[in-house]
Amino acid sequence: MEEILEHYKHPRNKGTITNPDIQFKDQNTLCGDEIQVYLKLDKKKMITDIKTEGKGCAISQAAASMLTDAVKGKTIEEARKLKNEFVFDLLQIQLSPVRVKCALLALFAVKKGIYKYLGEHYHDEE
Amino acid sequence: MKTLIPKEIKNDFPIFKRKIHGKSLVYLDSASSSQKPKQVIEALSNYYEKMHANIHRGIYTLSEEATLAYEDAHRKVARLINAKFKEIIFTKNTTESINLLAYSLGLELKKGDEILLTEMEHHANLVPWQQIAKRVGAVVKFIKVNKEGELIVDEQLFTKKTKIVAVTHISNVLGTINPIAEIIGKGHKVGAKVVIDAAQSIPHMPFDVKALDADFVAFSSHKMLGPTGIGVLYGKQELLEQMTPFLYGGDMIKEVTLEDSTFNDLPWKFEAGTPNIAGGIAFGTAVEYLTNIGMHNIEQHDKELLKYAHEQLSKVKGITIYGPKDLKKKSSIIAFNFEDIHPHDVSSILDTEGIAIRGGHHCAMPLMKILNLQSSCRLSLYLYNTTEDIDALVKALEKVRKVFK
Repeated sequence: MEEILEHYKHPRNKGTITNPDIQFKDQNTLCGDEIQVYLKLDKKKMITDIKTEGKGCAISQAAASMLTDAVKGKTIEEARKLKNEFVFDLLQIQLSPVRVKCALLALFAVKKGIYKYLGEHYHDEE
Repeated sequence: MKTLIPKEIKNDFPIFKRKIHGKSLVYLDSASSSQKPKQVIEALSNYYEKMHANIHRGIYTLSEEATLAYEDAHRKVARLINAKFKEIIFTKNTTESINLLAYSLGLELKKGDEILLTEMEHHANLVPWQQIAKRVGAVVKFIKVNKEGELIVDEQLFTKKTKIVAVTHISNVLGTINPIAEIIGKGHKVGAKVVIDAAQSIPHMPFDVKALDADFVAFSSHKMLGPTGIGVLYGKQELLEQMTPFLYGGDMIKEVTLEDSTFNDLPWKFEAGTPNIAGGIAFGTAVEYLTNIGMHNIEQHDKELLKYAHEQLSKVKGITIYGPKDLKKKSSIIAFNFEDIHPHDVSSILDTEGIAIRGGHHCAMPLMKILNLQSSCRLSLYLYNTTEDIDALVKALEKVRKVFK
């Protein structure tokens, strides 16, 4: 909990990237929270920079903050295969089913953005 | 402070025996769905244990009893809002009631006809009209909302082209009580049919369809102590008789040949298939329960508690309350934000204290946009709420503040 609040109050990688290689906007239909992700890639399709924009609750913001740090240096192939558990492990708290959606908002935005970039259709895990 | 309805009423509601995270349940989300008294829960099990059979079919004791009980529930609802038995159609919920109208009335609109809504509609009274309008080429117009969340009823919006006016009686976000009598009058003056979304009002106050001269009224059982899966559409008999059915099938017909069918009498013409018999009967019990307490008393209780909640919340540092400042224009709903803490986080931490409030866009995204809000917290009160519930909320908000400091 302490670490979540710390990330919430001092989020990493907030802002925008001009001329991003990948840009994607996603929404949590439950509450209307929005997130916009920007990714910069190198020639090997490795994520060299990532930023997020948008307002949200502590869980969604902390998850975005932790996730963006964690995916830097990964290739988009690696990133798009990330499982939900990857985010749960970063957060390290018990989440109610409703809050799971908050936690996964950033991950879904990143994955959906990568799929779109690759011209492939994104399928939900469920 | 003592409110009109004694707090012992909570004993009628078994859910209040439950502990949430070890704390007594403080339920402040009745605008979303109300809790159920044991009488209603027993009506459900009693039906299934002693009376279950399909209605309007069997010539045997069980079916006759079930039919009588289900029809009697229609009569109880009719009495509650001063309607006739034939004018009460049971649906699934308010949303289905409005869809029935959108399909039956809306599909007969011509290109260029106008549907007049307001900017504060719940998605249930917006999306059906919006989508049907697209199909038939009708134009959807909106009565605007001011910064306090009150309607600006502009006479010029009512034109010869206006065929349907569909308006919420009470905003599910802000609690604003809208001047529906005035809107019904203006609608009728131009020959439009007026639909009232009364999901937030009929549970909380006396409601007389004849005095209001409303053409159609939609509301839900589950917001007024009844089960989920039952809603009501009231319609003036002469209008319902002219209308085409929305759902076709069994029970809504008189005679069927392979080529054609004649439809059943009201209200069954609009109740196709085996309905939610248990839910309907238990809804009748809920209406009886409310009537025994008295809708005037419930309205008064809610008003006193709203005033108390406003006073107490206003004292909390960092609270912003939305909606009409004049409490006479407001029902028992308070939308607010606390500091700049996200409503999800406020709700989550209140939950750890056993307090249930709503946080989000409340199924009214256009209104939130107008108010320039991404989301808000919302508390809503009902007959089982007490001043102690409000006190518990105020105390727990201090805990929220501490966590986010």
